[in-house]
Amino acid sequence: MKNMITLNTRKTLITLLSLIILLPYLSISLLGQTPTAQQILERIDRNQSADSRIFTASMIIHAQRGERTMEMKIWSVGNQKSFTEYLAPAREKGTKMLKLADQLWMYSPSADRTIQISGHMLRQSVMGSDLSYEDMMDDQRLTDNYDAQVVGPDTLGGRDCWVLELRARSTDLAYQRRKMWIDRERYVPLKEELYAKSGKLLKQTLLSDVKLIDGRWFPTRVVYQDMLKLGGGTEFVIHEIRFNVPIAESTFNKSMLK
Amino acid sequence: MIRFLFKGLLRDKQRSLLPIIVVIIGVFLTVLMHTWIKGVFGDVVDFNAKFATGHVKIMTRGYSDKLEQLPNDLALTGVDDLLAELAVISPDIQWSSRIRFGGLVDVPDENNETKTQGPAVAWGIDLLTPGSPEAERMKIPSSIIRGRIPEKPGEILLSEDFAKRLEVEPGQIVTFFGSTMLGGMAMQNFILAGTVRFGTQAVDRGALVMDLEDARLVLDMPDAAGEVLGFFPSGLYEDDRAKALVDAFAERYHDQENLFEPTMVTLRDQNDLGSIVDYMDVVTGLISFIFILAMSLVLWNAGLLGGLRRYGEVGLRLAMGESKGQVYRSMLGEAVLIGLVGSVIGTALALGISYWLQNNGIDLSGMMKGASMMLPSVFRTQVTTPAFYVGFLPGLFATVIGTGLAGIGIYKRKTAQLFKELE
Repeated sequence: MKNMITLNTRKTLITLLSLIILLPYLSISLLGQTPTAQQILERIDRNQSADSRIFTASMIIHAQRGERTMEMKIWSVGNQKSFTEYLAPAREKGTKMLKLADQLWMYSPSADRTIQISGHMLRQSVMGSDLSYEDMMDDQRLTDNYDAQVVGPDTLGGRDCWVLELRARSTDLAYQRRKMWIDRERYVPLKEELYAKSGKLLKQTLLSDVKLIDGRWFPTRVVYQDMLKLGGGTEFVIHEIRFNVPIAESTFNKSMLK
Repeated sequence: MIRFLFKGLLRDKQRSLLPIIVVIIGVFLTVLMHTWIKGVFGDVVDFNAKFATGHVKIMTRGYSDKLEQLPNDLALTGVDDLLAELAVISPDIQWSSRIRFGGLVDVPDENNETKTQGPAVAWGIDLLTPGSPEAERMKIPSSIIRGRIPEKPGEILLSEDFAKRLEVEPGQIVTFFGSTMLGGMAMQNFILAGTVRFGTQAVDRGALVMDLEDARLVLDMPDAAGEVLGFFPSGLYEDDRAKALVDAFAERYHDQENLFEPTMVTLRDQNDLGSIVDYMDVVTGLISFIFILAMSLVLWNAGLLGGLRRYGEVGLRLAMGESKGQVYRSMLGEAVLIGLVGSVIGTALALGISYWLQNNGIDLSGMMKGASMMLPSVFRTQVTTPAFYVGFLPGLFATVIGTGLAGIGIYKRKTAQLFKELE
């Protein structure tokens, strides 16, 4: 009898210990219907990616010498083609950028020249912002480039999140490790940390003002902070965005830059 | 007496030849090393002063902290007022505003699209103001390889190697692409007036030189400059004066927290030049010291050998009634003559070669491919006033000291034993 009691107590202890160890995973399963990290990334890609997009946005740069606001309109098809026209301020008005796959061209009306940006220049800041040309061009699907794993639950701005850690599959990518806080309900990143291969934190983004647009959740305000730069970061605010609208092929022709 | 000793030395070559050769070699090496070190280190310091550091330099505190990045978003503003103030504080110093910046030089094809392009490190210096010393200071007129120096706004110079790589000729239009002071896009066309070769790999890889006002226009930097360089009227770096200037300037501008507050630094405090200046002094002193020590030992040894060889002669002279002091003094006299002759020949030979190297230099550019430091590619000696005595005096003293040490043996000779030897 005494032996049976001891055996039962041992079983209960093992069960309790197992529950404590597995609790975080069980909570993920119960609250989030057990999506894997890869499934989460697919849901994010579904929210973020579209066949085509047209949007107008402001870029507010909080630089050390003050604040500058730039207005722009962007047309994009998939992750291969995008065309940007700067609308304000006066010094930048008429400047255009064309991205085709991994190539980028810029046109300036002051010089009436179209020049191709390549090499180390792609790592330079765009218009003094906290974004590099590489960042602007980087709209690859996460599932295509990163292996991910859920590292735990967290709460951000009152919203339950999954914390994902992403590791690049290729050494060509600018950010070899990313840490993302994903809204569990809407599958939208709310925060992201971008790391170099050395492990150094390079950039941080905070995404907010998440709106339901054309049946998808989309953050319309992103604050980028280049951790290697002084200054107050760069706000990127989307005023209007339309998904999957037809865009003429000629929009992405170099002749459109002039 | 001197004539007697000199004749003795000439007639008995075994007594004089080896010590003179030793002195010539020693003095020659000392003088050549001295002029080489002075030349090489002096060139490095001078080159850096003219291209990058000035004898003193004014920047904002923020710019100074990130100097390697050339952060023109932290550039000095209100430069005209600052220059007016500096003209009152130190009227004899030449102050020059400069903007150093990076960007891309793009060469268009027949469709006005990119044909070739490459990254440039650019200098905005005062090229067009009549009487500006900047072009001469950077030796631009004598460094022109093709074309000419810019004569009007909108003209630039590229380094010869860079221009060749971009396949661009003087007279062609090129586009500069970079960032303005506020971070906006800077894109402007320029006419390539000419090409230059400064003689340092780090600069010649991708140098672009334009007039200061052109740089201000393209970078949206009115009345601003990344750096204000100060040059002493002597053309040489004066450490005490530089430190005094920095202290006086720090009293006027002392807000440590303000990133845009101007700050002044000396040449010594930039590009590790302080350690180069110190190293140059230490090495020169060390070489002289080692030479005197080594030469003394060699000549002492030579003197001992000579003394042994002249054992009989010294004994005979003592036996004939010459005093030990007289013998010792005559040997010292011979040493002075040997030292003088060796030092004169060694100094003359070294100065001749130094003058030749000063004019022609040695091109070590092949060894500096990929160098990032601002080092000249052609190294030259520098014949200074001390070069005339830096080897001469040790050559003379070492011979005398060596003979003096060896000759002490004379006083240990015993008269009784001497007569025994003579028998």
